[in-house]
Amino acid sequence: MYRYDHYDHLIVRERIAQYRDQVARRLSGELLEEEFVPLRLQNGLYMQRHAYMLRVAVPYGLLSADQVRMFAHIARKYDRGYGHFTTRQNIQYNWIELEQTPDILTDLASVEMHAIQTSGNCIRNITTDEFAGVAADEIIDPRPFAEILRQWSTFHPEFLALPRKFKVAINGALEDRAAIAVHDIGLTVVYNEAGEVGFKFMAGGGMGRTPILGSVIRDFLPWKHLLTYTEAVMRVYNTHGRRDNKYKARIKILLKALGVEEFTRQVEEEWADLKDGPETLTQEEFDRVAKWFQPHAYRELADTDVAASQPDNRAFANWLNRNVKPHKVPGYAAVVLSLKKTGVPPGDATAEQMDFVAELADRFSFGQVRVTHEQNLVLADVEQSKLFEVWQLAKSKGMATPNIGLLTDIIACPGGDYCSLANAKSLPIAAAIAERFDDLDFQHDIGDIELNISGCINACGHHHVGNIGVLGVDKDGSEWYQVSIGGAQGNDSAIGKIIGPSFSAVQMPEVIGRLLDVYVRCRIEGERFVDTVQRLGVAPFKEHVYATPIPAQELVGEDHYA
Amino acid sequence: MLNRHPQIIKGREVVDDDWSVLKLDEGQTADAVEVPAGKIIVPLAVWQAQRDALADRAELGVWLAPDESAASIKDDLQRFTVIAIDFPKFTDGRGYSIAYNLRKRLGWTGELRAIGDVLRDQLFQMARCGFDAYATRQDRSIHDAVKGLSVFSETYQATVDNPIPLFRRVPRDTPAEHRDIGAGI
Repeated sequence: MYRYDHYDHLIVRERIAQYRDQVARRLSGELLEEEFVPLRLQNGLYMQRHAYMLRVAVPYGLLSADQVRMFAHIARKYDRGYGHFTTRQNIQYNWIELEQTPDILTDLASVEMHAIQTSGNCIRNITTDEFAGVAADEIIDPRPFAEILRQWSTFHPEFLALPRKFKVAINGALEDRAAIAVHDIGLTVVYNEAGEVGFKFMAGGGMGRTPILGSVIRDFLPWKHLLTYTEAVMRVYNTHGRRDNKYKARIKILLKALGVEEFTRQVEEEWADLKDGPETLTQEEFDRVAKWFQPHAYRELADTDVAASQPDNRAFANWLNRNVKPHKVPGYAAVVLSLKKTGVPPGDATAEQMDFVAELADRFSFGQVRVTHEQNLVLADVEQSKLFEVWQLAKSKGMATPNIGLLTDIIACPGGDYCSLANAKSLPIAAAIAERFDDLDFQHDIGDIELNISGCINACGHHHVGNIGVLGVDKDGSEWYQVSIGGAQGNDSAIGKIIGPSFSAVQMPEVIGRLLDVYVRCRIEGERFVDTVQRLGVAPFKEHVYATPIPAQELVGEDHYA
Repeated sequence: MLNRHPQIIKGREVVDDDWSVLKLDEGQTADAVEVPAGKIIVPLAVWQAQRDALADRAELGVWLAPDESAASIKDDLQRFTVIAIDFPKFTDGRGYSIAYNLRKRLGWTGELRAIGDVLRDQLFQMARCGFDAYATRQDRSIHDAVKGLSVFSETYQATVDNPIPLFRRVPRDTPAEHRDIGAGI
């Protein structure tokens, strides 16, 4: 993985000094809160419902074991013993004291980490495929480009006060696991006919109040022009993006208003001035960064039938089936450690678990860990012969739930329990659904399904692209949940369709149950939930869900009969 | 309305200043407003409406609002001593792109002044985008604000103050302490 040189260290060190001074000026009253807000946001510090929340950057989701240990240390020393991994592949802490944030940054810097631009109206963490570098279907490892973009966007002076936040994702594989279609900029690494490396360049995707899939604005951009072309897009957006209404300020709205052709024309015009300029990437710079992402020193091994070594162990087989992913090197596999054990908020990990994951990484996976945008962790380079041992160890810490890609692998934002933006809670909904469908046999029967929950329109839980999407809404001061189906991420990205009037919290598990009833009844062999929805449309699902009233009150004890 | 800051930051120094910024009051129009004598920085609309009358002035400045473009004065640059860009709110970042365009696209080499809601914590990025003068907010110490210009000693990307990005400017070699790890096969 990328390691800091003198310059990276210097910039992060100077940032801490700058931020420490800003905090001191805030505490002395020299800085007003309204002046401090954009400054602290650019350092990932939010004021939430109960306390400050600090979001730490995990560039493109890649971590060293020591960095994970530092997360555990921060959880213990400055928080309440846990952290929350997010859909942006970052980690956030929910109980932070403002006065301590400069010290946390100092601790982070000791392991080459920071919280720069994890929030605010600037270019955020560049995200990518959690299996980058190891995926069997990879075309080109996207991480060197993600790191190059990270450096370029760090404190880019012109783009720190954009109309709104700005998110970039890069995919380097055949299958898009980076959800590029719902990013402000979505890049796919491709070869052209001449065999040159470049990007299919998309812009204007996003979720929130107005979900829109990105549009291709350039079929092929040679890789050396990555920064200049991105700069052109950013300047058009900074200049013309709306600032009068925060809900219409993302680049997707500008792109829609102008139309793809006109938007692209403006970008190309802007780019004409930048093309081949000094920000044009050099082979030397690419090589310098890329060498940190070279393949590990893999042993020469053959693929083995791991399940056959434990023929009677169904639990292990389930785990292999769901949580272990193919690797491009024979004899290796990628392991997803589930952070979705029933009863735990999706994405939460305790300090003890984090130390444990660091230990596993050191022992079994070249000392590296990845964060997925589905809020799980990955050991990307495990020898197949060690899988049984890894499974047993992971199980002992509650991180081997064999539910990756299944119903209880729920993506959920922190919702009203933590987030001051939320209109409704999301964690209890996730918990109630997980509890009702905890039965693994049932889940394995249902198969691949993505259930995404957001506590508000900002869509941090990516509900629009969930096969089942749940959105918390506020109606007359009480919390309701709107349900959509048919959303999808990846190569066939789609925005889900709302099925009808919203539900109360207690109705939600039954709503999900009824949606699944229709699927089970109507699916044809091998069809996933989302395919059935695509084939049949919303109507049969809607009909069944609303056919008979769902009790709105939880019926408990003798009151059933009162 | 005439706004005058007795002192501004020029380069990295606090200096006395004798320019005034003309802003239209409610009811005033660009073609009718009287531009007083002396060193005045006028709104773009006033320059456009009164170009003939103002063209002979020895010293004149113009200021752009965030929704006005550098290109709108591209043929007039030699008429101005100062160009200012207004930041009505420090969170509105359009002024940075206007500054970039004035410097890089149009080659403006004269004074480029930030006016309006100009605060210490934005000065470093303003300087990088080509500003060299700052009429900082008068309810704050201008001497404190100067400190905002010396935050970072290195930066990654190319822009106005440093047109060569770090990767072309310096050799960025693998740090000695990491030379034996990570590179793999």
